[in-house]
Amino acid sequence: MTQDHLNFIFIGISFALYIGIAIKSRAGSTKEYYTAGGGVSPFANGMATAADWMSAATFISMAGTVAISGYDASRFLMGWTGGFVLLTILMVPYLRKFGKATVPDFVGDRYYSKLARGVAVVCAIFICMTYIMGQMRGVGVVFSQLFGIGIPAGVIIGASIVFFYAGLGGMKGITYTQVAQYCVMAFAYTIPAIYIAIALTDNFIPQLGLIGDYTADEVAIPFLQKLNNINQELGFAEYTSGKLSTMNMFCITAALMCGTAGLPHVIVRFFTVKNVGAVRKSACWTLLFIAVIYLTAPTIGAFSRVNLIEKLHNSPYSEVPSWFQEFEATGQMAWVDKNGDGKIQYYGPAKSEVGTATVFQGGKPSYPEYDAPESQRVGVNGERLLANKADDSNPNELWFGNDIMVMANPHMAGLPMWVIALLMAGCIAAALSTAAGLLLVLSTSISHDLMKKIVKPDLSDQEEVRYARMASFGALIVAAYFGINPPSAFIAKTVAFAFGLAASSFFPTLLIGIFSKRMNREGAISGMICGIVFTISYIIYFQFLGGHKEQYFLGITPEGIGFIGMLINFAVSFIVSSFTPAPPQDVQDMVESIHIPSGSGDASDH
Amino acid sequence: MNINHPRAHRRACLRIVLILLAIWFSVSFGCAIVFRDWLDVNAPQVGNAPFGFWMAQQGAIICFVLLLIIYAFLMNRLDAKHGYSEGN
Repeated sequence: MTQDHLNFIFIGISFALYIGIAIKSRAGSTKEYYTAGGGVSPFANGMATAADWMSAATFISMAGTVAISGYDASRFLMGWTGGFVLLTILMVPYLRKFGKATVPDFVGDRYYSKLARGVAVVCAIFICMTYIMGQMRGVGVVFSQLFGIGIPAGVIIGASIVFFYAGLGGMKGITYTQVAQYCVMAFAYTIPAIYIAIALTDNFIPQLGLIGDYTADEVAIPFLQKLNNINQELGFAEYTSGKLSTMNMFCITAALMCGTAGLPHVIVRFFTVKNVGAVRKSACWTLLFIAVIYLTAPTIGAFSRVNLIEKLHNSPYSEVPSWFQEFEATGQMAWVDKNGDGKIQYYGPAKSEVGTATVFQGGKPSYPEYDAPESQRVGVNGERLLANKADDSNPNELWFGNDIMVMANPHMAGLPMWVIALLMAGCIAAALSTAAGLLLVLSTSISHDLMKKIVKPDLSDQEEVRYARMASFGALIVAAYFGINPPSAFIAKTVAFAFGLAASSFFPTLLIGIFSKRMNREGAISGMICGIVFTISYIIYFQFLGGHKEQYFLGITPEGIGFIGMLINFAVSFIVSSFTPAPPQDVQDMVESIHIPSGSGDASDH
Repeated sequence: MNINHPRAHRRACLRIVLILLAIWFSVSFGCAIVFRDWLDVNAPQVGNAPFGFWMAQQGAIICFVLLLIIYAFLMNRLDAKHGYSEGN
């Protein structure tokens, strides 16, 4: 049996499972469509939320980021888990008590204004849309690798599967599908890590291997010391020390944390459980399930870095294992033989006089046309040639994308074929579960917040579900279109910036709305607008209008500016509201009541 | 038992939230970012890893999980004390 057959079998079985579950638990009413009827157990909801939260980007590329940047990548590890603490302690119990099905609902009612609701709907749609484009692209890439079809066909297959069970099943359908998807993801992530931990450190718990000894050589030395040694030998920064300034690291982590706490698709997950007490328990389970993956990611990153260097550095191209050619063929790894010795050399910036380590000119590898003469496509050693010009200012010859660390890891460690097949199924589960959750928030934003609350208030229950299904179909077509034709590097960048935008808009507005009775409509709206406008203009200025690094405000990169935007939002809100009249009495009573945890009833749309 | 003092309940809630947030801040931003270099040198190593580095990659996440478990336990107990529990 070949690898392809096994991949096919594993993915086929997992799909049959997802679709079976979706059919069995499909939604009949709006209540089931939006909140799964409000009766999901905390344990199951925790698992589903964890699957929803971990996207293809987290699953595939986070370990790669850790492998390349070492300590600096901790900003993602802490940012995305620490945000959950904020979310649970400051937001969800109160929003659940409020008892409406969506986040714009809360904003609209708390700030007694259609304008505020409208702004919230636009923010929610924008955040979800940028995310879902990235997911569709991820699904497309995995499918195209699997079946040898083009990325467009892969995207379309992925989109139709997502539509089938998110559009038809609603929240109830996707909740139970995500439970199954979490299980697939958890096994797919931890099993390779365990195998490799045993091989490199003689310890079957990867987290202990990371702080243990490296035992694959004759003399055992501390694993992290081994990693620092090889990094420095090859001219990279020490693995355990970072390059980012403390200030920048602080701001990026804070922006990611607060952004997490303001993401609408995570908040709505907690409307599916019975009451406020259950929300708290559910959040514990969620973070525990997320931690299983997030505690494993740094170990995979560190192990695969050692593996990659030991397997590839200074080995002749003719002797490298066959997986290297597979990744060359899909354009995820490349080798440029600068010194003509037929061996792969991998060096960091410290080995060059000008401090660079770029292999070729231009950011991404490009290849000669398929009908070019063979001498332009295949090099003397049999390697795939690039159309890019070599960058001769440094001796580094090996290029690879961040995404391949997780995918190549089992190959590098020589793991059995079924582990690789399981990993493929895990990648797809990660992308599909997040895409389905986002699609649901998008469709409710359109059908409920836009159609029912703003455009056409006399909508019946069944019509609303029909609108939701139509909206999810429309949103998916747009997402698939951008998955096939990504506007260059724009999507990847906006996905990262979406956190900054959420941190500077939703997070402060929700937080003050919950904890301050005095905050009024004028303060909230002007705060939201100032925060998001400041953040967007900073990002646009430095990303697209050619701003220079020297001009950074306090040395903060655009990734971390959402934190400053958030502070501006808070300040403007409080100043404006202190000069304008207090909110009406019934709104103040409502704020009082969301702090009393009992009597939350069902989360519904009434 | 049914006491139902919304104001006392709210004050107690706020105290729990503020204490937990202080811990949250010190394990993540404190240990792993601001004081990290000092801790790497002066604090005991975790296995073979420098303390600040280990906190950033593993320790903070473990603390987050513990914080949420403590939060759920304390809040659900507080609700029961004030008669807001819904028997789950």
